[in-house]
Amino acid sequence: MKMPEADKRVLARRSEIVAALRAIVPGEGVIDREDELRAYESDGLSAYRILPMIVVLPSTTDQVSRVLRYCHENGIKVVPRGAGTSLSGGALPLGDGVLLGLGKFNRIIEIDYDNRAVRAQPGVTNLGITNAVQHRGFYYAPDPSSQIACTIGGNVAENSGGVHCLKYGLTTNNVLGLEMVLVSGEVIRLGGKALDDAGFDLVGLMNGSEGLLGVVTEVTVRILPKPETARAMLIGFPTNEDAGACVARIMAAGIIPGGLEMMDRPAIHAAEDFVHAGYPLDVEALLIAELDGPEAEVDHLIERVGTIARDCNAMSIRVSESDEERLRFWAGRKAAFPATGRIAPDYYCMDGTIPRKKLSEVLHRIGEMSAHYGLKVANVFHAGDGNLHPLILYDANKPGDLDTAEEFGAEILKLCVEVGGVLTGEHGVGVEKRDLMEVQFEEVDLDQQQRVKCAFDPESLLNPGKMFPKLHRCAEMGRMHVHRGQLPFPDIPRF
Amino acid sequence: MTTRLKPDNADQVVDAVKWAASEGVPLELVGGGSMRTLGRPLQTEHVLDISGLSGVLLYEPEELVVSALPGTPIAELEAVLAEKGQHLAFEPPDLSALLGAADAPGGNRRGTLGGVVACNLAGPRRIHAGAVRDHVLGLSGVSGRGDAYKTGGRVFKNVTGYDLSKLMTGSYGTLSALTQITVKALPRPETVRTLLLHGLGDADGIAALTAALQTPYEVSGAAHLPAAAARRSAVPDVSGAGGAVTAIRLEGIAASVFYRLEHLPARLGPAAANGVTELGFPASDRFWREVRDVASLIPADTLVWRLSVPPAAGPAVVAALDDLDPAGSLFDWGGGLVWLALAPGAKEDGGAAAIRAAVKSTAGEGHATLIRAPGSLRAGVPVFQPQPPELAALTGRIKQSFDPQRALNPGRLYADI
Ligand SMILES: Cc1cc2nc3c(=O)[nH]c(=O)nc-3n(C[C@H](O)[C@H](O)[C@H](O)COP(=O)(O)OP(=O)(O)OC[C@H]3O[C@@H](n4cnc5c(N)ncnc54)[C@H](O)[C@@H]3O)c2cc1C
Repeated sequence: MKMPEADKRVLARRSEIVAALRAIVPGEGVIDREDELRAYESDGLSAYRILPMIVVLPSTTDQVSRVLRYCHENGIKVVPRGAGTSLSGGALPLGDGVLLGLGKFNRIIEIDYDNRAVRAQPGVTNLGITNAVQHRGFYYAPDPSSQIACTIGGNVAENSGGVHCLKYGLTTNNVLGLEMVLVSGEVIRLGGKALDDAGFDLVGLMNGSEGLLGVVTEVTVRILPKPETARAMLIGFPTNEDAGACVARIMAAGIIPGGLEMMDRPAIHAAEDFVHAGYPLDVEALLIAELDGPEAEVDHLIERVGTIARDCNAMSIRVSESDEERLRFWAGRKAAFPATGRIAPDYYCMDGTIPRKKLSEVLHRIGEMSAHYGLKVANVFHAGDGNLHPLILYDANKPGDLDTAEEFGAEILKLCVEVGGVLTGEHGVGVEKRDLMEVQFEEVDLDQQQRVKCAFDPESLLNPGKMFPKLHRCAEMGRMHVHRGQLPFPDIPRF
Repeated sequence: MTTRLKPDNADQVVDAVKWAASEGVPLELVGGGSMRTLGRPLQTEHVLDISGLSGVLLYEPEELVVSALPGTPIAELEAVLAEKGQHLAFEPPDLSALLGAADAPGGNRRGTLGGVVACNLAGPRRIHAGAVRDHVLGLSGVSGRGDAYKTGGRVFKNVTGYDLSKLMTGSYGTLSALTQITVKALPRPETVRTLLLHGLGDADGIAALTAALQTPYEVSGAAHLPAAAARRSAVPDVSGAGGAVTAIRLEGIAASVFYRLEHLPARLGPAAANGVTELGFPASDRFWREVRDVASLIPADTLVWRLSVPPAAGPAVVAALDDLDPAGSLFDWGGGLVWLALAPGAKEDGGAAAIRAAVKSTAGEGHATLIRAPGSLRAGVPVFQPQPPELAALTGRIKQSFDPQRALNPGRLYADI
């Protein structure tokens, strides 16, 4: 993976830069010793490692603003970082860049039950928000499997999802307001506890912008009252086709479950060995369907889903009888990644989304590719919203294995686009899928995206090398070739 | 001479925009024409009429997705979805009566998909199902540079590149002319019931709605009609009650709706002490259509403001505006959306300064939009909430990135956008 060329002039000024940053963030907030920098050299995509030039850990918006202004004025690149759990290399440092860690922004600022909103600093963990409000019966809905560790700021940057997003939306649907700092140091507040904002929807734009547009220093999220009951069903099928058909039938029947997840045989076995969730081992595919709401509703829906499942050749159906059992059903799914990590030295997690109806076709073709590349795959799937996570098993110590895994992964993502889907459903483009962007987008599409980037960060100092396969200069991008006297469209009807 | 360009396809939209950009002749984008008076008045000579780009391109009910051309009338789209038991869950309003466009020649009342997306207009279900912006999955558009581009896709989960669909939604046509829009088609609830509380003041009414929204009962409509608004309702149970009406909508499968209907009153505090009444079907739908479309619940020939504030702060903001002597008011979104009618000429600025000051001092945040007013007033006062300088500058740079020649709806949102 090619990263932007290191700026030698910046590297030559390293000690001067460290001193300047120390004047802004005193004490231990500036890290420049190699042994301490090591901790930041990669994120959740651990195959990529780059030692950052300097790490800065500010604790106030004013410090962030001054750090960014200084870096901007001095042409120094900046990479924001939350908990570093990104699976696409979004927080991968740059050798000539400042890594801006938001970990010290770990306070919940306000809990407002009347307006059903929480204002939090970006370094608060995803689960930290739910923990702060659950004694009053509320929770924060998007629940990435990494929720104990990942930060709400990182969630905004990646527009993260979770198993409950089918019914309750992704991060972007649950964020009401932001405070952010532009690379120029300007502080901008957007939205708040009101349900909409005036002007362009910049909150919407910031969600999923992968740290390329601004540094988020405060997030206002909506919180929801916890459903009265939730029960989960484990449904086993003899084939992936049957499970896929069942998902389609459930949705077509007008049922939107709280969660609807699928695992294939290798994933089921890995998860069961790891957490003993009680998964059936004689099935090819397993669906976990969670129904939530008032008891009367849940009972009714469980019955309807059960009927549909039996019609789709379900081999086994188990309904959770207690909340402990429900959580156990989920524990296997939520631990699917680390569980897979136990059955092979390394795994590479893919994240494409496909139209649901293409599921069996795509799984079939992934099976063929697996044979072709000689690498095994386990599939976990946010079945309700078509988001597929094939986990490619490989061994980094075997020469060439990582390259093969990456090639295989790229083929899977191309297939997702080919069948009408997209490269990434929730993990982000980062460095990982950067060079595949042209598979999904035309040049004109990417140019427009880069022009938006230019409106925020004209020198491309914020997280460069991520998301865009080619970096154009903003001056070039902004130019518009105007042909005056063009013949005005002879064939458009006019009145 | 005014030229009205009416392209039949996206290529012709490109030609038209390229021409406008190169000749420096900006275009007013028009779909059904139902919302033409929403926003600052345009000085444009030429019209780009998108209504020729109409029709559903792809509809896959089991995938919960529908893709249509921007000129597709909302009514037509809703009819197509209804056949499969689905709908646009954000409940797009029909503002034609409010905006005086109901009788516009050749206009279509409900507006078009493109118009609804451009204005990000959602109805009462916004509190539960989200705004328009939460339902747009992807789109194609022609930027003011004349570039035809696409963003997003047709799947529910997609973080590939910036979410430009969000940026387009609510941009009032100032960034791109949309040429195709893909949205979620969600299941229509099979049963609806509405609980009514009677005779509550604004503060008590909103307190009851707040309590309802704090229960897990998935309230999908939460409105408070002060007595004057309730009297105007065409639903007898509402107008005949002789006082303010506070309404809570419950939707879903029958067993669930009836369970919630039974248990909710006990959770509403003292407000429900005087008893509750219930609206069944179809009265319930009629009532929420009135709330959604606003016009019939406030006096005609008034200036109308739309305030978006933290929901619990709604009544305090309105109370702070007592001096303006409002001619009518109406609370939706649990108090977070306030419609305020003022007698025309009550204030030289249409109340702009007083209203925005009250929002700031009382709610601390939020914004106010002048929805209905004569063109001269909309030209004279900021229709949309003015932005602080850094945000205004950023907004300007974003406009520049799509439409450097200001070819598309220039000045509709802010004077220099
Ligand atoms: C085991 C495991 C399971 C996972 N499961 C899921 C899952 O179910 N669903 C899902 O969506 N993701 C999942 N992820 C991916 C990851 O957890 C999410 O992308 C998460 O949101 C990243 O948060 P973070 O705080 O770790 O951010 P980081 O990894 O530190 O950063 C991610 C990106 O955000 C930017 N960023 C971080 N903070 C800020 C800020 N304050 N302002 C601006 N930009 C910022 C960074 O520059 C980077 O581009 C999983 C990861 C792991 C390791």
